[in-house]
Amino acid sequence: MIEASNHEQMFLKISGLWKAFGNFVALQDISLEVSEGEFVCFLGPSGCGKTTLLRAIAGLDLQSRGTIEQGNRDISNLPPAERDYGIVFQSYALFPNLTIYKNIAYGLENAGLSKATINTRVTELLSLVGLPDQGKKFPAQLSGGQQQRIALARAIATEPGLLLLDEPLSALDAKVRVSLRHQIKELQRKLGVTTIMVTHDQEEALSMADRIVVMNQGVIEQIGSPIEIYRDPETLFVADFIGEMNQISATATSTSMINFGANKLACLPHTFEPSSQVVATIRPEDIIPLDEKSQATDVSTTDRPAQAGNSSNTLETVITDMEFLGSYWRAELNCNEIGEETLNANFSMNAVRRMGLEVETNLLIEIPADRLKVFQQTESVV
Amino acid sequence: MATTPRMHLPAGPKITPKLGSDGWIMRGFIALIAVYLIIALAFPLYAMLSKAFSTYQFDLSQFEFQVSDESGQFITESISAQSLNEKTSAYSEVDLSAGSGGRLSVTAFFPDFSFRSPVNYKIRGADSSAVFLVGSERHRGPEWLELDSNTFRRVVLIPNSATGLGNFSRYFETPALVRSIKNSLLISTISTLITVTLAFGFAYALSRSCMRFKGVFKLIAMAPILVPSLLPGIALVYLFGNQGMLKGLMMGESIYGPYGIVAGSVFFTFPHAMLIITTALAISDARLYEASVSLGASRWKTFWTVTIPGARYGLISAAFVVFNLVITDFGLPKVIGGQFNMLAVDIYKQVIGQQNFEMGAVVSVVLLIPAMLAFTIDRVVQRKQVALLSSRSVVYQPKANSGFDWICFGYCSVIAFFIIGILAVCQFAALIKFWPYDLSLSLKNYAFDLMDGGGWRAYQNSIRMALLTAFFGTIIVFIGAYMVEKTQGFKTGRSLFQFLAMLPMAIPGMVLGLAYIFFFNNPSNPLNVLYGTMSILVLCTVTHFYTVSHLTAVTALKQMDNEFESVSSSLKKPFYKLFFRVSVPVCLPSILDISIYLFVNAMTTVSAVVFLYSSGTALASVAVLNMDDAGDVAPAAAMGMMIFYTNVVARVVHLLLSKGLLKRTQVWRQR
Repeated sequence: MIEASNHEQMFLKISGLWKAFGNFVALQDISLEVSEGEFVCFLGPSGCGKTTLLRAIAGLDLQSRGTIEQGNRDISNLPPAERDYGIVFQSYALFPNLTIYKNIAYGLENAGLSKATINTRVTELLSLVGLPDQGKKFPAQLSGGQQQRIALARAIATEPGLLLLDEPLSALDAKVRVSLRHQIKELQRKLGVTTIMVTHDQEEALSMADRIVVMNQGVIEQIGSPIEIYRDPETLFVADFIGEMNQISATATSTSMINFGANKLACLPHTFEPSSQVVATIRPEDIIPLDEKSQATDVSTTDRPAQAGNSSNTLETVITDMEFLGSYWRAELNCNEIGEETLNANFSMNAVRRMGLEVETNLLIEIPADRLKVFQQTESVV
Repeated sequence: MATTPRMHLPAGPKITPKLGSDGWIMRGFIALIAVYLIIALAFPLYAMLSKAFSTYQFDLSQFEFQVSDESGQFITESISAQSLNEKTSAYSEVDLSAGSGGRLSVTAFFPDFSFRSPVNYKIRGADSSAVFLVGSERHRGPEWLELDSNTFRRVVLIPNSATGLGNFSRYFETPALVRSIKNSLLISTISTLITVTLAFGFAYALSRSCMRFKGVFKLIAMAPILVPSLLPGIALVYLFGNQGMLKGLMMGESIYGPYGIVAGSVFFTFPHAMLIITTALAISDARLYEASVSLGASRWKTFWTVTIPGARYGLISAAFVVFNLVITDFGLPKVIGGQFNMLAVDIYKQVIGQQNFEMGAVVSVVLLIPAMLAFTIDRVVQRKQVALLSSRSVVYQPKANSGFDWICFGYCSVIAFFIIGILAVCQFAALIKFWPYDLSLSLKNYAFDLMDGGGWRAYQNSIRMALLTAFFGTIIVFIGAYMVEKTQGFKTGRSLFQFLAMLPMAIPGMVLGLAYIFFFNNPSNPLNVLYGTMSILVLCTVTHFYTVSHLTAVTALKQMDNEFESVSSSLKKPFYKLFFRVSVPVCLPSILDISIYLFVNAMTTVSAVVFLYSSGTALASVAVLNMDDAGDVAPAAAMGMMIFYTNVVARVVHLLLSKGLLKRTQVWRQR
């Protein structure tokens, strides 16, 4: 597993965590370290174990094996009340019969604070989440996004060392979701509170997290910064799950070449035995259309930064379908060599206009070798 | 990695949760309420079952006698009671099997016995298991005991106890008892068919027509819930009894018997069936009707292809609930059954009439079987109904259709007329001086203190009992439901608790009451002090009506976000803070519902408490029964109507409280 950046202090340390529900193993040998002030996202499809992991950290569902340390304290078997975190759920879980003010003050009462201190703190929190005048209202009188901000204020009211967010944005409309995304991130940066967020929305994870933990079927597939996860997926699952990815069945020939029908393509170095079956992957935006007249010499006319491309890494294709997606075109390319399979490529408006691309035109494309990554063929990923 | 095979947990230390103070308190509460249910339910039922399987038999070979001559000299050889009985045929086989209280007099073995004769007798047992009484003094063992003839006539033998099916075989050999099984099943089936049909029509009119006064009709249809089940019996006696107002309509048949029981049963089970079917009809999907109409189906065809299938679970559930109510009801057949025996009445007759507790227990076990069966089927069906409910559907909005609406209005008016009629007859009977001879009005029938049954004291007791039941019952039920619903871990304990909470619904009141006698009246039980007190009546009534209350509480709690507990504990608040500040206020409408349910039922129940009241704790509902039994039918009707009015007042208070509460909290309740 990737170590957290060394210069910061390790805050949360999870080692060898397992969780079983009857015969079903929901978490397998999870180890993870989170440093102080970091924003970490657990990302994965539903049922991958991300919420189970969060609930283990919160002490709501204890793990079956393994330890969790928070701030050098072993919290593995402590009840929630003896841990140190604030939590926000998808459902907001605001107490419906208490005012917004009382909801936020809930954790502050009976903690030895004076009424005036509580009042100051609640007022401060209300303006922090941008709802300064809403204290007297009841949760049902606020919109979903506002309720979630109140839930956030309630969670950080007691200044916990760790903030846990369980799909906090999933119940909201798309627009609210995007704006709240920024607010949460900003708040987190301002407070410097170590934060773990569970989400199945990759866009959310990519835009908010310092580091992403991609999970699948109870195991961690990859841990890395958003850019690392996107650019250098370590497994076919991550490649497939994050963003869009073309997948082509191919045969390895040497350590940096694959056979793909009659074509030989250079790719990123790999360790597969020659003639083993592999899956070659490339993102739609990494496919470069070549103007046939000028061939590869005209790379600069595409709107992509010139790749250290190898102009021999090309494929003859036919455009079988084009879809206008606003800021770019999605082209479906058929290449005789791969039979029924098609490649998706994103072409800029510019390139399409300039090269006169339309359905049924022949198109030579370049597959940059440093963007073509091969993985072992597996059955579970279609 | 994506296809990592299913693995097993590695060996290693199990993580045992450290219980915080919350965990301990919650477990304490669960344990406390589980103990309550075990004492109030499991142990009494066990006592009842073991009683049903205890047999008592006089073993005559265990006793030996010697008889002296007139001078007091013992010259004859000792002779066993068995051979004496063979010679004299003093006792038959039937006489020799007995209940726990069975006693056998020995003088019958000696045909020429006279208590004045100077002959002396000796008696002994074969071993120490043979026991006999001289007066009230116990003797056992192989020592000869010499007695003069005057003392000898006070000797009785005590039966041996054993475990076995003897009581059951005796039960099934007694035709009068076995006939009750057939009677009970027959009456319950017929009543069920009639009630469900009538209630379906009523519910259909309420939900599918645009007739007027729907609210009033619904209110009237609910009225029978507020009276004891035996009250319609009294009204029927006044209407169709030997001196009934409408006796001619019976065409020579007697109302005392199956006709009366069925008629009364339909009356008191009607609201239960109506409520269930109305709910079932309310959830059916309007889109199905639109589809049916757009496909050109006739109204009749739509009815059979959409309405009936959509409401089928409701109909089945209503049928089993009604069946269960009728077969376990005791008050009504007691009042109007005449010579027509039903199982629930048999229990009463065996226990109160003949003091044969073992046979009462046997009948209880027999009655438990159909009740349990009906309960189980109802639960299964209800679960399916819930599944239907949760699917998204469009609510059906009836369209005005004056012809159909008038038919519905007419139908509902007829039903409402009968319901009000029954109650009016009771009120009328209560105010008439002496039916049918002196029809002047008077309040003399309200002078309860002059009659048997407990007088006005009984009425006060009933209110006290109902208030206590509502108060403690609601607390116990709600805390119990909260613990089951909102605690983590402790799985086995919680599922055991859930099972115990569901059980009372399957236990007929008579069976529960009898079980309480066996458990609490046992002198060696330290809880014996409760016997004959108000506490045992409250305990029994809370337990009797536990299930419905529990389900109400669970439903309310299920609607609350499960994460409230998680948030609260992450904010380091003890669970009771959340409980009092959030859970209770949010569930308050349901809590009020539970308490009114318990109150009304405590006012009307007869079956369980009829075995448990003492002279100081007589109840109004039992007084109705006893006054009717003693021939004071008019005062019985008067007392029955007092129960009705009390319940009406209670419901109005409940309504006002709920309304006020909703008004006060509507700001945060709106969605």
